[in-house]
Amino acid sequence: MTQESKYMSNRRSVGKVRPHPTQNEALMFEKSAPGKRACKMPPLDVPAVDPASLLGADVRREAGLLPELSEIEIIRHFTRLSTWNYAIDLGMYPLGSCTMKYNPRVNEVVARIPGLAEAHPYRIRSHAQGILEIIDLLQRCLLEITGMDAITLQPAAGAHGEMTGILLVRAWHESQGRPRKKVIIPDSAHGTNPATAAICGYAVENLRSNAVGGIDLEALARQVDEDTAALMLTNPSTLGVFENEIHRIADILHARGALLYMDGANMNALVGKVRPGDFGVDVMHLNLHKTFSTPHGGGGPGSGPVACKAFLEPFLPIPVLVSEADGTRRWDYKRAQSIGRVRAYYGNVGMFIRALAYILANGPDGLRQTTEDAVLNANYIRKKLEDVYELPYRTPSMHEVVFSDRKQAAKGVKTGDIAKRLIDYGFHPYTVSFPLIVPGALMIEPTESESVQELDLFIDAMRSIAREVDEDPELVKTAPHSTRVSRLDEVQAARKPVLRWRPASQ
Amino acid sequence: MPYPANYRYTREHEWISVEGSIGTIGITDYAQKSLGDIVYVDVPKVGDKVTAHGTFGSVESVKAVSDLYCPVSGTVTAVNDELKTSPDRINEDAHSAWIIKVELSDPAELDKLLDAAAYEAFVMEETAA
Amino acid sequence: MRYLPKSDAEREQMLAEIGARSIDDLFAVIPAEYRLNRDLDVPRQHAESEIIDYFRNAATKNTVGYYSFLGAGSYRHYRPVIIDSLVQRGEFLTSYTPYQAEITQGTLQAIFEFQTMIAELTGMDVANASMYDGSTGTAEAVMMAVRVTGRHKAAVARTVHPEYREVLATYTKYQGLPSNEVGFDRRTGRIDLAALEAEVSEETAAVLVQSPNFFGVIEDIPAIAQIAHAKGALLVVAITEAISLGIVRPPFEADIVAMEAQSCGVALSYGGPFCGVIATKEQYVRQMPGRLVGQTVDRDGYRGFVLTLSTREQHIRREKATSNICTNQALVALMATIFLTVYGKEGLRELAVHNLAKADYAARTLSAQRGARLVFEGAPSFNEFVLDTGEAPELWTPRLLDVNIAGGVPLRHWYPELGNATLWCATEVITRENIDTAAQVLAAAAVEVQEAC
Repeated sequence: MTQESKYMSNRRSVGKVRPHPTQNEALMFEKSAPGKRACKMPPLDVPAVDPASLLGADVRREAGLLPELSEIEIIRHFTRLSTWNYAIDLGMYPLGSCTMKYNPRVNEVVARIPGLAEAHPYRIRSHAQGILEIIDLLQRCLLEITGMDAITLQPAAGAHGEMTGILLVRAWHESQGRPRKKVIIPDSAHGTNPATAAICGYAVENLRSNAVGGIDLEALARQVDEDTAALMLTNPSTLGVFENEIHRIADILHARGALLYMDGANMNALVGKVRPGDFGVDVMHLNLHKTFSTPHGGGGPGSGPVACKAFLEPFLPIPVLVSEADGTRRWDYKRAQSIGRVRAYYGNVGMFIRALAYILANGPDGLRQTTEDAVLNANYIRKKLEDVYELPYRTPSMHEVVFSDRKQAAKGVKTGDIAKRLIDYGFHPYTVSFPLIVPGALMIEPTESESVQELDLFIDAMRSIAREVDEDPELVKTAPHSTRVSRLDEVQAARKPVLRWRPASQ
Repeated sequence: MPYPANYRYTREHEWISVEGSIGTIGITDYAQKSLGDIVYVDVPKVGDKVTAHGTFGSVESVKAVSDLYCPVSGTVTAVNDELKTSPDRINEDAHSAWIIKVELSDPAELDKLLDAAAYEAFVMEETAA
Repeated sequence: MRYLPKSDAEREQMLAEIGARSIDDLFAVIPAEYRLNRDLDVPRQHAESEIIDYFRNAATKNTVGYYSFLGAGSYRHYRPVIIDSLVQRGEFLTSYTPYQAEITQGTLQAIFEFQTMIAELTGMDVANASMYDGSTGTAEAVMMAVRVTGRHKAAVARTVHPEYREVLATYTKYQGLPSNEVGFDRRTGRIDLAALEAEVSEETAAVLVQSPNFFGVIEDIPAIAQIAHAKGALLVVAITEAISLGIVRPPFEADIVAMEAQSCGVALSYGGPFCGVIATKEQYVRQMPGRLVGQTVDRDGYRGFVLTLSTREQHIRREKATSNICTNQALVALMATIFLTVYGKEGLRELAVHNLAKADYAARTLSAQRGARLVFEGAPSFNEFVLDTGEAPELWTPRLLDVNIAGGVPLRHWYPELGNATLWCATEVITRENIDTAAQVLAAAAVEVQEAC
């Protein structure tokens, strides 16, 4: 290869990407130098104090090893780091079960309005009416969307919502005489479900999926007994399949006094089209960071409201928002049957504001169209890839589609390799190896936020990778080839954990 | 790697070699291969009681955890401290990298374990399935 | 709908390629009786300008322009401008949990820096990538102590934030973990050491205290640690005011620290999202809940970062996980990371000393008014103090509001034994003028009450 062609090949376009340099950036501690500063305090307008005499033995002698940097260095530090991230703003992020949709910017603007962002949680009631009105409107919208009767916004994330929901179940059973002993969870469930049930003091009983990846009604009927507190069901399932016998599932449970809990992770397939409250769900959680567009932020903050039927309402966490006759609102703390608090204050209010802004931007027609587009996108991908990737379950897909790597695994290429190669084509990988009931799963959720053009680029990339698996499997197995870092040594990270920086001398 | 003929095996892929009243316990080569690179071994303390078929710890790879099942009942007399810093010893030679030693309380339990040939057949069956 | 990148013609074209006659075909699997055949009863589609108007309008009902002495676990501190410039970069804002390390090194390195700074601040060896908030982090820390010790009791100081104690009670209710409260010394506001000593036994997994505690008083951590460790229990220290660590000695003797990092550049936002974090000693790291980022190398030997020790977590261990926690508060942790970088080693100390000075002046000035007194004395405090004005807070609260001041938080609801006492917080953003004005109002109220008698 001549020098020139090698040079050209490094600038080659692959699908929608072309390589470009990123900046190196050390850890902030390594750039620190004594005496540099990025802050200036105003002059102290009260008498100065001597910390040592005020605090005595409790004074800090050695300051921690915080960095010393100037403002421009800090801006560059974090800006450079940011360029090493993939993001929805850069392109399609088809992580199944995660609903990586567009995060509207007006949400960020309204969440930062000073009267909202600077509100102290213990400000007196008359000064909090505006924010209580926002919370109330969001609650009413979410109840209408889910078809449920009562709601708490307190849980900080989906898994936290699950815990809250199962505690409601437990409290209700206790009010009926005994808490019961077990929670049934399908083998296709998110890992948080069994962890949640265990934390709430329940034994976990696995329920095997049937041949089409759904709930096996006969197995369920056999398994549900007087000790069953609830079934935790994700609907649509993690295969993206709607449980079309959902009402019979609810009937089986209710006949034995057990409840139906719905993991609302996949609500993006249902909003405006069907309501869990109408098909027999007793309690469920929502993920505002999935369905309602609040940003994932690199892994939080989330928000996991829990909606329930009226009979569970007395058990909701304190405080509960109530309206007075004069139109004002207040927090009610006097609720004898409440499960207690699951979080200090009232929940991730900043996320409530963003979620409500999203609902207002959509309205009823927009919410329905959003769901339809999400389902349309998933089915389009399914149609365009089902000849090259194996579809283990042919049941109709809703908002996501799950393939398996069976064809590619025959060549020694696994779902994880295909995912890494996708990075070279300018896409974030899909969800790898989940749900567990599909060996070598590729779980793809495009969301409504992708145009036909972006979908086609994704489909081209996936088809091209399938060809590479046939022609040059090593190319795929060693991917990614275009990133700042190549595959990282996770074994070393786990064997000899280095969880913080330390100065070289230590 | 051949399965030593003087060891006994469990269906959960542990081995035990017995000298006098002391049993030395580890995991089989098949088990280390299925787990991949082992990053951590969680072990009981010397003096802890263990029971046959009960769990006595776990082995972890990057993405999986596997419980360790005890082939016999008894009292832990030693743990292999080397695994704390070098869990990869199990990957290198599973049949010599022991995890714990146990003072047997009921040597008759050994009779219920698989011998090398039976274990090998069991593994063949598992891999075929 | 402006967030949806498709024309109707494109939708038709896609349906045709799928082989569906209409979009309804794709929803045919939903039993007809459950399909929603009407519009949702939610507000109509709003223009962007209308959305902003709606929230601005709501915000004015929330009243702005008040100088606030409210603290009690949520603190008003100055937020440097660059925090919002940086966290609103789409690459941070719209990225997911960094499972794909090759394309999330930005988030991963930032979290590694966060973990390092939190460990440094708290005096612990390691910290996790963050928890939901301080209250849930505290509950998780106590449950962690249960796993480490194999014991099933907790001794909890009554000086821990009352809402944190409520959350702990909810979390532990079904774990067979009774927790007994230990009262406080009515003179100093510190935990009653004799009562603690009587409470802690060989069955105690954790002693939980907060420092500075809910009254703003700094607890005697070495003495508490001695009592806990003598019986083999772990000491869990909750910290709600992270800025205190700029000048207050960290709880070195603690085994686990559960901290709320809201003070580090996170807006109050009516109580959330905040940023909890757990820090601990090296030997307990495998019992720690939540995500951890670790340093490693790539195939070419370059330094890189990954999520590690994930076998502790729910997606692998399922019902045997250390916790069901899945997310952290990455973006809020990033705010705290930027905040701590802006202030840095010297700046954080200076900030903490300003807080100390403002609170000292406020405590002296307000308690000097007729009939008023500081409820606790004899132990150091940071930026909060408990004041008894000699009359019900309902009497002076409206007067203070008239001069745009939100006074202290009444404590009677949580601590009936403290009667009319209120909890005041003075951070660096409170001015001498605010303090003097509040003192004048309190003095006037006191005079009036006296005249009425």
